[in-house]
Amino acid sequence: MTFLKLNSLRKHYGAVAALDGVDLSVAPGSRSAIVGPSGCGKTTLLRLIAGFDVPEAGTILLDGEVVADAQGQVPAHLRNIGIVAQDGCLFPHLTVADNIGFGLKTSREAKQARAAELMEMVGLDNAMLSRKPDQLSGGQQQRVALARALARKPRLMLLDEPFSALDTGLRAATRKSVADVLSAAGITTILVTHDQQEALAFADQLAVMRAGRFAQVGAPRDVYARPVDAATAAFLGEAIVLPATVKAGQAQSPLGLLPVDERDFEGQASILLRPEQISVDRAEGLKANGTVGEVAFGGSTCDTRVTLDGAGAFSFRLDIPNRDMLLKGDRIAISVSGKAHVFR
Amino acid sequence: MSATTDTRVLTAPRYRLPAASSWTLTIAVVVALLALLPLGFVLWAAFATGWDTAVQLIFRERVGDLMVDTILLVLLTIPICTLLSVTLAWLTERTDLPGARLWSWLCVAPLAVPAFVHSYAWVGFWPGIHGLGAGVAISVVAYFPFLYLPVSAAFRMLDPALEDQAASLGLAPFAVFRRVVLPQLRLAICGGTLLIGLHLLAEYGLYAMIRFDTFTTAIIDQFQSTYNGVAAYMLALVLVLCCFVLLGVEAGLRGSRRYARLGSGVARRTRVARLGRWKYPLLILPLVTAAFSLGIPALTLGHWLVAGGAAIWRMDEIGLALGQTLVICLIGGFATTAAAVPIAWLSVRRANRSSRFLEGCYYLASSMPGVVVALALVTVTVRVLLPFYQTLATIVLAYVIMFLPRALVSLRASIAQVPVELEQAAASLGRSPGNALWSTTVRLAAPGAAAGVALSSLGIMNELTATQMLAPNGTRTLAMAFWALSSEIDYAGAAPYAVLMVLFSLPLTWLLHHQSKKIAGR
Ligand SMILES: Nc1ncnc2c1ncn2[C@@H]1O[C@H](COP(=O)(O)OP(=O)(O)OP(=O)(O)O)[C@@H](O)[C@H]1O
Ligand SMILES: [Mg+2]
Repeated sequence: MTFLKLNSLRKHYGAVAALDGVDLSVAPGSRSAIVGPSGCGKTTLLRLIAGFDVPEAGTILLDGEVVADAQGQVPAHLRNIGIVAQDGCLFPHLTVADNIGFGLKTSREAKQARAAELMEMVGLDNAMLSRKPDQLSGGQQQRVALARALARKPRLMLLDEPFSALDTGLRAATRKSVADVLSAAGITTILVTHDQQEALAFADQLAVMRAGRFAQVGAPRDVYARPVDAATAAFLGEAIVLPATVKAGQAQSPLGLLPVDERDFEGQASILLRPEQISVDRAEGLKANGTVGEVAFGGSTCDTRVTLDGAGAFSFRLDIPNRDMLLKGDRIAISVSGKAHVFR
Repeated sequence: MSATTDTRVLTAPRYRLPAASSWTLTIAVVVALLALLPLGFVLWAAFATGWDTAVQLIFRERVGDLMVDTILLVLLTIPICTLLSVTLAWLTERTDLPGARLWSWLCVAPLAVPAFVHSYAWVGFWPGIHGLGAGVAISVVAYFPFLYLPVSAAFRMLDPALEDQAASLGLAPFAVFRRVVLPQLRLAICGGTLLIGLHLLAEYGLYAMIRFDTFTTAIIDQFQSTYNGVAAYMLALVLVLCCFVLLGVEAGLRGSRRYARLGSGVARRTRVARLGRWKYPLLILPLVTAAFSLGIPALTLGHWLVAGGAAIWRMDEIGLALGQTLVICLIGGFATTAAAVPIAWLSVRRANRSSRFLEGCYYLASSMPGVVVALALVTVTVRVLLPFYQTLATIVLAYVIMFLPRALVSLRASIAQVPVELEQAAASLGRSPGNALWSTTVRLAAPGAAAGVALSSLGIMNELTATQMLAPNGTRTLAMAFWALSSEIDYAGAAPYAVLMVLFSLPLTWLLHHQSKKIAGR
């Protein structure tokens, strides 16, 4: 079952290919997240889905209906797709209450009541209803924008980095409450962000975008553990990529012989380990040994560089908990738990 | 004991304000007082006349007729101008109308033609034209650019993301225009209509040419024919009250808030609406507008130039008038800009309630019609300062009062672009406050000052009312010569003067157009 289906969407701005063949299926009621570095085309994609821009090629199907293709498109105001833009985009000439009630076609009192209800939902004080948008902080503006988009109970909600103006604590809490609100209303949601943690925590489906294409789409766990390439791996968290010779489910690597997640593959390949798979021991051991390089204090953990013995002097960095803090020049033994991922 | 002496030493040299701003403030206040002279004069005249005489002079049929005509003129002209300007601005800024850039320039160009030349051209075209209908029609073509300029600039500054957002909330395109675009144009529309309204009240030549009586023409008739001071004063009082009504209505409609653009990042370039099959039918609007606002003056002037041949180019007279005009324009332009420097600086660097109040005084003073300013200065010089009667100093003061806001706007914008840190750096390098101000901000704001000189000179070149009443004996500017000749029905002889005024105004009008684009950041 798909609710939203994108088929090879393309969009150029001059010579820049903002979207270069994007395919995606979104299940009804699900939460998808799109992550990618700045300028990779995330906002452009949302604008096409919302109907603000026209794709040059490809089709968009919403709930089985073609809303945009090469022949023409359904205008934005007939799509009932809510969007919270990157900067909130509140109407500066209206109060907060009027902003929230903007898309409603009900009586004034009903609008006020709905606005008050939504303010509560996004965790804002009702006293702000009579203010103008420029009397709100950036984070408050974004939450009003969210309330405004929710007011019409859209079929699909597009969120373009809606939490970026919030501080860390508020961010997690707002993300949670927004996720709850949207799930409760059964609204299919697409979240755009360049914070991989947010994406991993929020989504049922994660799409990693790079230079106008999706590098990988899948469940967050899968994408995190089995990324298609080193760049995708690095985008979702610290990645240790090692050269290795793989054979019969085992890889010969600078960290010794490691089990891998590929049974049948044989030959030279890069393999991926996440830092949480690695533990260090002060006493030198039999398998892989190394030397501690630069150590940077970072609060609860220390950013520690480790250089392996042997050919190539391969090095990587680890966050070592403070209580086990190592010093430059310490000799250590390195052990690995779990399987390494093979990039084919 | 020693502690007290120490504190005294430390606290001795302290100013409440930094020295530079106390000096600028003083100058700004003096200029403001001079600028408010005409208003004060009208109030004085009202009191000096006494209640009974005043009532007798104001509540009579003549004043009632003038009132009805003036109200009708304003109420008809302003809505037509608004509709025309908003439509033209939308067509040129937000659609794929063929030749939009050219049309946008042609919508501003009518400003280069003085209002009285517009009506001279219409009279040349339709000799019998007169009355209210003619007044409204000519006023629309002469003044709609005052609305077109700010509205088109506002269109360029609108954040298109807001329109997208409104569409995603289910609004059809026309509803988006009504509920999101129009409210954001409101400030521009209010400012523009106010400007047009004040011009309608103040203009003399345009209406005198087509024999349509307004308060301004009546005051001048009164002044020229009988020197009937008191009657003229009372008409001026009513005229000033009309201005206040306009100012009040505009302030009420405008509201107290400006709309800040929220959020970060640059606004997206606006998308243009595709007109499709309407593309060519809609071209008719700018075409007809240009035909009336530029075509008619061009045709009439062309006709008289051809008909008059070489005989109308009396180079000695024309040369003299041109020379005098340029001298007066330059002196007036520089004086106006210089007078605007203190308040421009204060309003940017010391923005507080008192500087805003002072600024308001200048705007109020400049919204007094030229005829009132002139009447006031004539009366004051004749009664109190006779040596100043009909001197260059007096007429320059009149120009300063009338055109100071033009210079102020340009100056403010460029002073605001000079970082205050430069001034502070100069001060920290040992320059005195005044010197620091001069060597940094004033130097760097020079382009704005130049634009200010240009814009106020444009106003002065096409000014007729006050110039006629105040100019030193023997002065004959282009506008005065044009007016004198066309009053003698020597339309051919007047044509060269009109052509010269238009030619000199064109570059300045282009500057205005350019400036409005720059303010919008394009
Ligand atoms: N209106 C436009 N005109 C020209 N180029 C554009 C326009 N909009 C976007 N681009 C370009 O298209 C590319 C994708 O832009 P987009 O806004 O989709 O990026 P993004 O992934 O949302 O980035 P960010 O995370 O910084 O918001 C960028 O290279 C951008 O410069
Ligand atoms: Mg973006």
